[in-house]
Amino acid sequence: MAEKSYRDAIKDALREEMKRDERVFIMGEEVGVWGGTYAVTRGLHDEFGDKRVRDTPIAEAVIVGAAIGAAMGGLRPVAELMTINFSLVAIDQIVNNASKMYYMFGGQFNCPVVIRTPAGWGQLAATHSQSFEAWYASLPGLIVAMPGTPYDAKGLLKSALRSNNPVMFIEHARLYGVTGQVPDGEYFVPFGKSDVKRAGKDVTIVTYSRMLHVSLAAAAKLAQEGIEAEVIDLRTLRPLDMNPVIESVKKTHRALIVEEDWVSCGMGAEIVARIAKDAFDYLDAPVERLGAIEVPMPYSKPLELMALPEEKHVIAAVKQMIA
Amino acid sequence: MQTAPRDAQLPVTREQGLEFLRQMLLIRRFEERAEQAYTEGKIGGFLHLYIGEEAIAVGAMAGLNADDDVVTHYRDHGYALARGIDPKNAMAELYGKATGICKGKGGSMHFADPKKHFWGGYAIVGGHIPLAVGLAFAAQYQNQPRVAVAIFGDGATNIGMFHESLNMAKVWNVPMIILVENNQYGMGTAVHRASAVPDMVTKALGYNIPAAQVDGNDVLAMRDAMMVAALKARRGEGPQFIEAKTYRFRGHSMGDPQRYRTKEEVEKMKARDPIVRFELQLVEHELATQDDFAFLRNDVDRVASEAVEFAETSPFPDPSELYSDVFAPEASNG
Repeated sequence: MAEKSYRDAIKDALREEMKRDERVFIMGEEVGVWGGTYAVTRGLHDEFGDKRVRDTPIAEAVIVGAAIGAAMGGLRPVAELMTINFSLVAIDQIVNNASKMYYMFGGQFNCPVVIRTPAGWGQLAATHSQSFEAWYASLPGLIVAMPGTPYDAKGLLKSALRSNNPVMFIEHARLYGVTGQVPDGEYFVPFGKSDVKRAGKDVTIVTYSRMLHVSLAAAAKLAQEGIEAEVIDLRTLRPLDMNPVIESVKKTHRALIVEEDWVSCGMGAEIVARIAKDAFDYLDAPVERLGAIEVPMPYSKPLELMALPEEKHVIAAVKQMIA
Repeated sequence: MQTAPRDAQLPVTREQGLEFLRQMLLIRRFEERAEQAYTEGKIGGFLHLYIGEEAIAVGAMAGLNADDDVVTHYRDHGYALARGIDPKNAMAELYGKATGICKGKGGSMHFADPKKHFWGGYAIVGGHIPLAVGLAFAAQYQNQPRVAVAIFGDGATNIGMFHESLNMAKVWNVPMIILVENNQYGMGTAVHRASAVPDMVTKALGYNIPAAQVDGNDVLAMRDAMMVAALKARRGEGPQFIEAKTYRFRGHSMGDPQRYRTKEEVEKMKARDPIVRFELQLVEHELATQDDFAFLRNDVDRVASEAVEFAETSPFPDPSELYSDVFAPEASNG
């Protein structure tokens, strides 16, 4: 085990797979000479050269589309989109090509492409501070992974790079510097396995990505007041593993979903519906959701912070549910 | 505009010439039968007929190697048949049957057969052009002498993905061939009403991509243009562009009232029918006779009838097929 940043864990997964499999290559804006806007690919261009770490024009549709074509042609492309906001420019490729191809052509050929892109914010204003994971998670045929820890980031990316299916791998810009324990040897985190990150008996918090850290911090404070929250990290949004959530709700009888997305039509809406169906009789309180305030993200720092869920909101929400 | 030289010897053998003619006749007869089945309600959805443009598919595919990669638009029957897909499986796909080339899951707009490096018909205008950039890159990356061809209509040259793709194909110098069928209309909108320039080759020059304008109703000119483009792309000269000038005899799709053009215009263009023209050429150069043509017409009639029979007697997909093929099976890691 070693203490590693989320950024380096991702880079390690890329490097390991590029060393192992000649077919793996990276393409995207500033992934090469620059070293990646968030420095995830820094050093890989020096190590692997132009052929395998390829700078592209600022042209997201062809970045993703060409990656899909390269996957059809037998390669294992990693297309990096600088932020998930720019994935909208490529959304036709993701929706109509990557996620449909295997089914639409009757299972004749698959599309093992990995699209890496960070969500996040940081005084970047309305068009650069969005979370679209629920849009992508709504698509049959697309795997959507959204890791919250360095361990999961590496293990899920390794799975993505070995997958025979298209994977939307959503990182978080504000997690790149977060550190955690990462095993030295090779390991994989499977898709469709939610993870109980903290055990508890009083309330179930369902979350993923950066909100995992907010939820764990809130849970630690709640514990000081004798409230034991169970924190479940979904890790992949499709396939979605609800089993640990349902088991947990049967025990705690209360559930809170914490997401950084807007609440309306967000991942939480799906989780609530599934809890309502599979654990309705176990609930002692309505399932609650916490997410971003439903406004385009403002630039001004105090306003931006107000728009996002914080530890104190999680604590308040839990206390209200338990009262 | 390139056309096959008329005074010289016809650059084709009798066998090749009859094979090209057979393919063009087959595409036409296949589509006439599909049209009939559509009006009988046996085929649903959209049906975009290729009638009048057969020389492009037949000529272009004849200019490629068997392992060159092809992606095309939703008007894809001609390319599928020219690429050697069995008309039976093609017709069964139109009928939505289990024996269809895509098990009935794709329909008219989504024929594909990767064994023939025919990677499919795509129905979002321009959405498949980037795929060809990637396929061409894969060939370059793996140091394989394949080229990748993206085929689409004049209408698709106005969408962003066309421009992104041409630009990156040139920057990466990938062995890609861009084949634009300029049939004068994007659905019902004439080229001059939708495109800032009337000649598609002009757009290629903006990306420093060599471009040829070809008579798309001349099967031999099409073959030659594709052979030249493929040769250049294969020897590392980067993307190549072909504009095939043609005309669609039928509506955009079966539900097209064709208010945007006159009957006189259509009739005038039918005088340039690629099949009739090629037959005249073959006769003129004493490579074939009316008897040969009668034989071929009978032959494709039989093949098309067998395809319809096959489609009609094939079963619909098993209900379990609804759920299969969403995800490809995962290999175990390691």
